[in-house]
This record gives sequence, structure tokens and C-alpha cells, in this order.
Amino acid sequence: MHDLFAITALGGSSPQTDRVGNVTCTESPGVALASVAARSGQEPKARTALGALIGADAPSVGRFAGNPVMAFWTGPDQWMVAAPFDTHEELAHLANTQLGDTASVCEQTDAWVRFDLDGDDVLAVMELLCVLDCRKMQAGEAARTAIHHLGCFVICRSSGAFSLYGPRSSAGSLHHAIVAAMKSAL
Amino acid sequence: MIINHPLLGSRDSSEFVYLGDASLIDRPDWQAEHAAEAFYDYAYLRDNPAGEHRELWFHEGGDRSWLVVTRNTVTHEISKVELARDVARAQGRSK
Amino acid sequence: MTQINRLSGGQIDRATTLNFRFDNRSYTAHPGDTLASALLANGVRLMGRSFKYHRPRGVLTAGSEEPNAIVELRTGNRQEPNTRATTTEMFDGLEAHSQNRWPSLKFDALAINDQFSKFLSAGFYYKTFMWPAAFWEKLYEPMIRRAAGLGSLSMQEDPDEYDKGFRHCDLLIIGAGPSGLMAALTAGRAGADVILADEDFTLGGRLNSETFSLGDETAANWAGQMVAELSALPNVRLMPRTTVIGAFDHGIYGAVERTGDHLATLPAGKPRQILWRIYSKRALLCAGATERPIAFENNDRPGVMLASALRTYANRFASSAAQRAAIFTNNDDGHRTAADLHAKGVKIVAVVDIRPDAPINYEYEVLAGAQIVDTKGRLGLTFAEVKLSDGSTRTLDCGALGVSGGWNPNVHLTCHQRGRPAWNSDLAAFVPGADLPPGLSVAGAASGLMSTHAALQSGTEEAAQVLELKGSLPDLPDAEDAPVSQTPFWYVQGCARAWLDQQNDVTVKDVKLSHQEGFRSVEHLKRYTTLGMATDQGKTSNMGGLALMAELAGKSIPDTGTTIFRPPYTPVPIGTFAGRMKGQAFHPTRLTPSHYWAKERGAVFVEVGNWLRAQWFPLPGETHWRESVDREVRQTRASVGVCDCTTLGKIDVQGTDAADFLNRIYCNGFAKLAVGKTRYGLMLREDGITMDDGTAGRLAEDHFVVTTTTANAVKVYQHMEFVRQCLFPDMDVQLISTTEAWAQYAVAGPNSRKLLRKIVDPEFDISNEGFPFMACGNITVCGGLRARLFRISFSGELAFEIAVPSRYGDALMRRLMSEGEEFDVVPYGTEALGVMRIEKGHAAGNELNGTTTALNLGMGRMVSKKKDSIGSTLSEREGLNEDDALKMVGIKPVNTGDQITAGGHLMGASGPVDAAHDQGYVTSAAFSPSLDSHIGLGFLKSGDTRLGEKMRLVSPLTDLTVEVEIVSAHFVDPEGERLRA
Repeated sequence: MHDLFAITALGGSSPQTDRVGNVTCTESPGVALASVAARSGQEPKARTALGALIGADAPSVGRFAGNPVMAFWTGPDQWMVAAPFDTHEELAHLANTQLGDTASVCEQTDAWVRFDLDGDDVLAVMELLCVLDCRKMQAGEAARTAIHHLGCFVICRSSGAFSLYGPRSSAGSLHHAIVAAMKSAL
Repeated sequence: MIINHPLLGSRDSSEFVYLGDASLIDRPDWQAEHAAEAFYDYAYLRDNPAGEHRELWFHEGGDRSWLVVTRNTVTHEISKVELARDVARAQGRSK
Repeated sequence: MTQINRLSGGQIDRATTLNFRFDNRSYTAHPGDTLASALLANGVRLMGRSFKYHRPRGVLTAGSEEPNAIVELRTGNRQEPNTRATTTEMFDGLEAHSQNRWPSLKFDALAINDQFSKFLSAGFYYKTFMWPAAFWEKLYEPMIRRAAGLGSLSMQEDPDEYDKGFRHCDLLIIGAGPSGLMAALTAGRAGADVILADEDFTLGGRLNSETFSLGDETAANWAGQMVAELSALPNVRLMPRTTVIGAFDHGIYGAVERTGDHLATLPAGKPRQILWRIYSKRALLCAGATERPIAFENNDRPGVMLASALRTYANRFASSAAQRAAIFTNNDDGHRTAADLHAKGVKIVAVVDIRPDAPINYEYEVLAGAQIVDTKGRLGLTFAEVKLSDGSTRTLDCGALGVSGGWNPNVHLTCHQRGRPAWNSDLAAFVPGADLPPGLSVAGAASGLMSTHAALQSGTEEAAQVLELKGSLPDLPDAEDAPVSQTPFWYVQGCARAWLDQQNDVTVKDVKLSHQEGFRSVEHLKRYTTLGMATDQGKTSNMGGLALMAELAGKSIPDTGTTIFRPPYTPVPIGTFAGRMKGQAFHPTRLTPSHYWAKERGAVFVEVGNWLRAQWFPLPGETHWRESVDREVRQTRASVGVCDCTTLGKIDVQGTDAADFLNRIYCNGFAKLAVGKTRYGLMLREDGITMDDGTAGRLAEDHFVVTTTTANAVKVYQHMEFVRQCLFPDMDVQLISTTEAWAQYAVAGPNSRKLLRKIVDPEFDISNEGFPFMACGNITVCGGLRARLFRISFSGELAFEIAVPSRYGDALMRRLMSEGEEFDVVPYGTEALGVMRIEKGHAAGNELNGTTTALNLGMGRMVSKKKDSIGSTLSEREGLNEDDALKMVGIKPVNTGDQITAGGHLMGASGPVDAAHDQGYVTSAAFSPSLDSHIGLGFLKSGDTRLGEKMRLVSPLTDLTVEVEIVSAHFVDPEGERLRA
């Protein structure tokens, strides 16, 4: 076991939580990520193998599926696989083993920062942040969009719960945008 | 503007990056007899129509697909949106 | 001062009194007032001075079309110029100032302009200030700027926040008057997702200004009940205080919501305004109509107003401009105003109706077939002069004069996408044309349906039609359905100084002059006279100007044409367009994983694209950046230094065709690169010019990691996706950016291996034999953490780049520092990095500057002719391969101590210094601590054959001439022995 200490994307030793009104924004470093892109001509096999990894059908356009290892659609025959960091830090290795030569797998864990937004009035915050019609998003939907010029994934866990994945290096800017929107809307 | 992505449906044009004329898909054969002239045309010569225009857009803030968008440059009406990869294949491009 | 012109009734809350100040005097008002209604109630008619002639001006309208009552709102850094008193919602503590006057509103020194109006007529700028040219900047422009114009800026930063947001709906209804409310009810009850936006703070539109009934309710009560029902519908969102400013492509509308303008102080974090982008499947314009004035001599005195505005002030705001009022009208609506004012106790001196068959009234005098021909009153209307039907004149003693010239439908948004309105001769007005923005429909007065009944009916019918509703529609209340007959009457014959555009001071005379001088197209008229070009965009003036112009040209109004309406519908503060994107938040900031560590070390940061990178790390006692940078370079070359290179773009390339793919995007070959090896790659644009460079390491047969320069990472990724998807769609290759995933550090210097040996787990051999120059591979560090190691060198020293998952970057950097203490390790920043790469002769962004080729960079032979790669064909063009092509060289001063300046040009040792004798230029320069001399890199014609030549480095702009010697670009270790050690 190595002895290097991890910091969160916001630079802290523990994740940051902000609460305004009934909405909470939680920095969530406890997730391991790996990208999966089907090899040319191997798409059906890759989908099957991915399904085995997440214990559900490989998600179609704009969807996510699976638990505790889940995957969301990111592009044509491309997905992001996510799992709890504590148990799956080497998720890319696991995915690579399972998918074999049906897909290209790349570690993405620390490419992203995740913020979980929860609370009754979360939609009022979301409409200041992104162009997606979050009011119409249902649990199980995932989309990529631009938030304050940052390419982000928006995951709808339930109607009052969203997860945002943004580029890790801009975590501070994304966090600032989210908290400013919370203070504005709530 | 709204671009009707073939996979994702209506998406705001602010999620996209514009490149230009879709003729950029028709990259010449480097070994053809008049390759130098063909590449010159390919790199520099474009039509600039007032009307229907096929153009390349990249879904940077989305699924990273390149799209061929048929747009009327006068009215901004978008009549067709295709995955550039499908267009390229249909035009015989391969490896 | 008491509210001497306060009437009974109205929609104001008399139980609460608000205090406000105008031009430093205190007044009182009530909730529900606007600044304009409160000033009128307090007996203040004079509210501003005109733009050009500094004429005294009062309020003309009761809405956003106001040209005259333009004030500076608030004080200090919140001061906002050019706000309309007519839409400014009253709050306790409101402070406003009049504009464009000095020293005071009542005595304005520049009112002298009015006496010189002969010289200030249309086009006076073009005629008067032509000569001498030098006077323009120094004299005329400052003079004009001081004299003209409207409000002033605070010159301080606006402390308030503005937001942007996005809303989606099935149906956007613009305007909450009778048609908008009915449409919202129809769509809302049917379950559609509806947004109803209105610029006013009270929804209801004209219904709040009228005394007639809808069914059994007063108009205002009916509107209130509708709003209550709509608020209860979860699928209807009401947006009061929200102006829809533009109709953009594909059903997107811009809307400005004034969330904080009506508050004395904003709660922390709350925005003053929000710019919404509303995505609508369909939209319905219910914007109503605007009354138009009639031009007559001196029609701009405070107290002369639109008749409908006078009615609004009386009915809704319980205020009047004066206790004695006259009406000047060409239609029945003027009589409605007279009746309402009369009922409120305002004395109607007379109704002057141009029509010989004007309706008769027994409670006040109606002068049929008469016209107002002039007015009097220095700072406000006192008398109006009437020419009676028999030709005699009579003077009316009145402080208010309501003018009604008919109504213009508010078609603006229908024209935002090149649409042209159509002429309706029954209304003598323009109505929406056939080519509306796709998805937009129009209802109510905006579509030319002027009665209340017709507005209600069209609201419900249009909503039902656009939503394709089946079944029964909501019942309509009984409402007035008076027929509209408008006899166009634009101006009183014989008038000259009769104002068409009050905000830009354009008179009937100006339009005639413009016609006489040949400016006959409507667009020319507009620009020559500035008619309609003020902040009100001519909402009350365009039609009058157009009608006059048509008459002068002997054409019909529709044949004369209209100017184009453009967004925004009403002025929008720049801050609203900026939103949160200001100051530090102007663009996202990217921080490397060891940013906080660097900050602790006191690093000075520099912006590189969106990244913040440590530029150097000053130590206590160092007073100049050069001291720090020189030390970092010396210590690295002497022992070991560490530099954060996380910001370099990293793209993961996998697939069975990955090597082939790299062969296409790089001009040099990659197919034969062994697994576990890294190679420098040069990327060309299709035109043969260099695009970017970097390295590609082969981690497996089908797996590469490509690096790009920091600045080009995004562009290169796009380009690679373009090549993959559009040019070679059947290649089996997959791409993803991993820039953010890895924290990467360059460890450079003769002791770099010794330092890394303490970090890299023992089972990995990093000796020169086991891990030679350009090797790469997956390793583990610090007891098992997955990491990547590359033996590459930008500094020219024995060097490695080591990468760990980003979350551990901070810890790795700290570990390298503590383990490196015994080697006197030094962290170095981008300056030292730059110095060392110049010393080594490595090209960077300054050399890959969008004009240079591989040949220029001395890498011409790298462009493989055995394979197809982007840019290879056009790189062979004759023009890019001339005998005396620029080649990259090193430059050293002849006299030690002389400085090399980037941007300077290279000229022969003797001979003229001019463009014709230009031989090349310097791209990069630095002081080299290793050579103890300034050095530079640059491009010189046939440079590779001219080493040792003495030249002059010149910069005529900065008067610089330095004697230099052309040398090899490789100042340090030209044989590359160190990096292979």
C-alpha cells in the first residue's frame, strides 16, 4: 500500500459541503471512473461485456444504468463507468480485464470532479447553470453540456438529485458557479 | 440556434464548435496524379453560398461527434443534421 | 411637499408611504407608484432636458416606450444612467437625478442651444465639424460629448451581480394584457408548459389602466383574478418584471427579468437582473399597442402627453399632470381619456378633435374640426392654442394636454428575423406581416385587434391553435367591443418646430430638410436625422417620421417602407449581458494538483490559456525575478529540479489502428515505434504549416499517450477527432483526453535519476540501460501507487516526466521535495523552463507561430514522403521550399551584456535598415545563466549556412540596434550527451 495522501479537487483533505436553503452541494471524491469505447466492429460484444460489468444492459443514448458499478452513455459506443472509489480504485484495470479487446479502456478517475446537488429546489439552481431542460430529466438520464464554459456531465439520480461531473482542474470555478447559483436562486 | 443532433435531439448551438464547409471531408488522394492541385483546392477554395450550406460542427460540449449540418445561411433554417462519420462512409471514405 | 396632483382610487397602497428623492428634494409616494407617477402626483412635470437643444421635458408616456423622462437612478457605484422614470418601480429611499442639464434642471446653461437651432438642424455634425480635421478629436468631439448625450456613468465598478439562466416551455406568451392572460389560461388549463412574461410589475397590461368592466368585474380586478388562477397552476410560470428583448433563431427568446431593481438593497448573493434564454416550442406575442402622438408646434412641453398615458396615470396610479387638462385627438379613444379624467375630478378644458363629426359630450366642451397649433409655458405647459373649425383661434388654460393620434400594434418582435410588417389601412398602422419568426404567432392589439373583446378572443383562439387543442375553450367575459376607425393624422399643417422624435430632438422641419437634401430612403432619413436612433428606438416617433416622409415623396406609407426593428426591445445594461462572467470568473480557471503547494511556496503564477502555472518560486531576499529564475536554472543543471508539467495536453489513443492513425496526424513516422518507447512528433496543418508538437509514448501495441502543448490541447483534440470521424471513419481508433487525470512532473538534472530511485518502487529498473533515453512505461511509486514514467527532456538534462493520479499530485510533489533535500532539489517554474529550452534550442509556441514550416524549424527531413499525413502534400509547395527559406538559428550578442529582444529583426552588418533588407526575426529571448549571456532563437534566411555571421538586430520602433552573431540554436550540450546519461 502506498503512502501518498490524496487531496480533493477543491484542494482540501476532506470534501466540501455547501448548503443554501434546502439545497446541498457536496463534493464527492469517492468515485472511480474509467472510459469505455468499443473497438471498431466489436460494438455488440463490447455492449455485452459492459453489461456484465455493471449488471445491467449497457445504457443507450442519454441514459445510465448499474449499481454499484454503473455506466453512463457519453458518445456513440462510448461510456463512462463509475464505481465507489474505496472498493474500486483500480476500476480501469477491472474494466480492461472484463472488456478485453472488445473496447478501449482509459482511467478517468481524477480527470473529473463530482458535485452532488440535492434538495427540493434543486431545479431552480439547475436552470441558472445549464441549458438542459432539467425539469424534464428523469432518474436514469445522463447528458453532457456546457456549464459556465466547462464541459460537464449532468446525471439525474432522481427529480431532486443531480450529480455534475466537471473537469477536475476547474473544480474551483465550477464550485463557484454552483454556489453562486444556489445563493441567487434560493 | 438549435441543432437537432441525430442521437441527442435538440441541442443549443452554444455546445458546438463550428469548423466550416463540409467539403473538408473530401480530402484528396495523396498519390493521385494532380495531388498538389487537388490539395490546394481542398485547403483553400470554398463556396460561400447565400442559401443552403453543408457545414461541419463539433459537439464539443456534448458527445464529441462531428456533424454535417445543412443550414440555410440566410434564414438559419436547418434542414438536415447527420453524423459526419456516416457521411464520410457514404462518400466512400474508409481507412 | 404634498401630493397635490394625487387623485382618488388607483392601484396604489395608500396605507404605506414611501419617501424618495429627485434632484435632491424629498417627496412621498406609495407602493404601486412608478417614479413618473409619483413625480406627477407631487406636482413635478419637468423631469429632464432634451438631447440636443436642452429643451425642458416631462413625461410623454406611462410605459417602456418613454422618450423623455430619462433619469439617473441611485447614487455612488450603483448609479445607472438613462433609466425610464415611467417603468421605475417606487421603493422607499429611491434616489434619482435628472440628466443632461447644468447647473440645474430649471436653469440649464446649454438651453442656449435652443436659440441656435438653425445651426443644429439635421446633419449638423456632418456639415459643421468637417474642417479642420485636427479639430475633430481635440475640440469638436469633446465639446459635443459634453453638451449632448444623456446620463453619466459613475466610473466605478458596479457592485451588483447579474445572472443568466435557461428556461424551456411549450408556449411562451409575451405580454400579460387581455390576450396574453386569456392565452395563458387556455394553454394552462390544457396542461401545457407555459411561461407568461410581462415587462410590468403588475400583470394585466392595459386592463390596469381602464375603467370598463369585464363581465361583472372591473378590468383590473378581472386581471387580478386571472393572475391568481394562473399562479395556482403548476404548469404555468408567471414572469412579471420581465421584458422579452428579442426573438432569436429556432424559438429562442431573450428575456431580462428585473429581480432586484425595485429593491432598495439587494439581499447578499441575489442578482439585480437575470438574462434568460427561453427555449419555446411555440410563442405568442401579446405585446399590445402603443399610442402615437400628433406633431404640432412646441408639442414637447412638460404636460403634453399621450392621452392614454394621462388615462393610465389617472386610473392606475391616481395621479395627474395637472388639475386642468385638454385632449387633442383624431379618434374615439381620446374621448375615453377625457371621460375617465373627468370622472376622477380633473377639469377637462376641452376635447380638440380634428374630425368635424366628433362625438358630442354634455359634461365638457368638444371642439370638433379643431387643431392644436401651438403651446406656451417655459418649464411646463400653461396654455394651448387651438385653431377652430372656422379658422379662428382660442387659447386653452391647461397644465396637461393628452394627445391621441391612434394606436400602433407593437410588432417589433415579429420583425427580429428580417420580417417586414404589413400596412393595414383600416387602422392606418403596420400590423405583423406574413413572414413571422418560425413558431411565433400574434394575438390581441399586437395583431391589430384593438377591442378588448377581440383581444380576449384572439388570445384563447391563438393559444388553442398553436397547441392544437381540441374541445371547449374557456368562456370569455363580456367586454367592450368598440369598432376602431382611425383617420390618419400625423402633424398639424404649417408646423416646423414640432417634435417627432423627442429623445433625439428631431422635428418636422428636420425631416423636410433631410428630404430636400436628398436623403430619401427611409434608412438614410434615419441616419441623417437620427430619428428613432435613441434609447427608445423610436417607439413613439418612427411612424410620424415615416408618414411625413411618405407625404413629401408623394408615396404611400407602405411604399416608403420601414426601418428594421432589432433586439433588444428595450435597453439592457451591459452588466446583464456579462452575467457572472466578470473579473476572476470571466473564464474558468484551471489549477494543477500541486497548485496549493506552489502557493504555499510563494510561487508567482502566470496565466497560460485558462491554466495558472507557477512562473518562478522566489526565495526570501530575492528582489528581482531574474535572481529566482537564474537560480532555478543553475540548480537544475547542477543537480536536480522539478517542474509541474500537468498542463501539457494528454490524449489517450487506443485501437488496432492507433499507430496508423498517428502516422496520419504526425508528419513523421510512428508505425515502427517500439512498445515502451516515446518519440517526438510534429503535427502539420493541411496547408503544410506546423500546428503543434509533442511526444507520443507507446504503452502497448495498440495504446499510445500523445502529449500536446498546453495552449493547443483543445484544438488538437478536436483536430484528431475530425481526422478520426471525418477522414478515416473505418480506422479502429479511440480517443479520450486524460490531461486532467494525471499530475505530471518533469524531474530534470544530473541527479534526477537518484532522486527518482527513492520514489519509484524498487522492482522497476530505471537505470540508463533498463530505462534509456525516450523510454516510457507503467510503474508504481511510493509503495504501490500506479504511475507512468517517461524519459524525455525539454531542458536538455538527464530528465524524466513522472505522472500519478491527480489526487496524489500534491503529495508526490511534497515527497519529491523532501526526498530531494539531499540533492539540493529546486522547484522551477515556466520561466526557468523557458530559459532552459531556449538554451537547448527547442522550438515552442513562439517558433510554432502559425507561419512556420518543418523546414523553417530545421525539421524538414522529418516530413515523411513515404506515407500520407495531414499537411505533407502541401508542405512540398515551391513557395514553402525556396533556397533562402528561413531557418531556425541561435543569436548571441557580440558585446557581452547586450540584450537580445524578441520581435527584433535581423539586418546585414551594414546597409540600409528597411523591410526590403529584412533577413529574419527573433522569436524567443532570455538571459542564459549557463552561458552568462543573453541569447535568442529566431528565423534567418538560409540561417543554417550562416553560423558565425555578424548581423544587426534592430527594432526601429524602440530605437534598438544590437550587434549579434548567428550561432547554432543548441547553446547547451549540442551533442545531447547529458540527456542520454
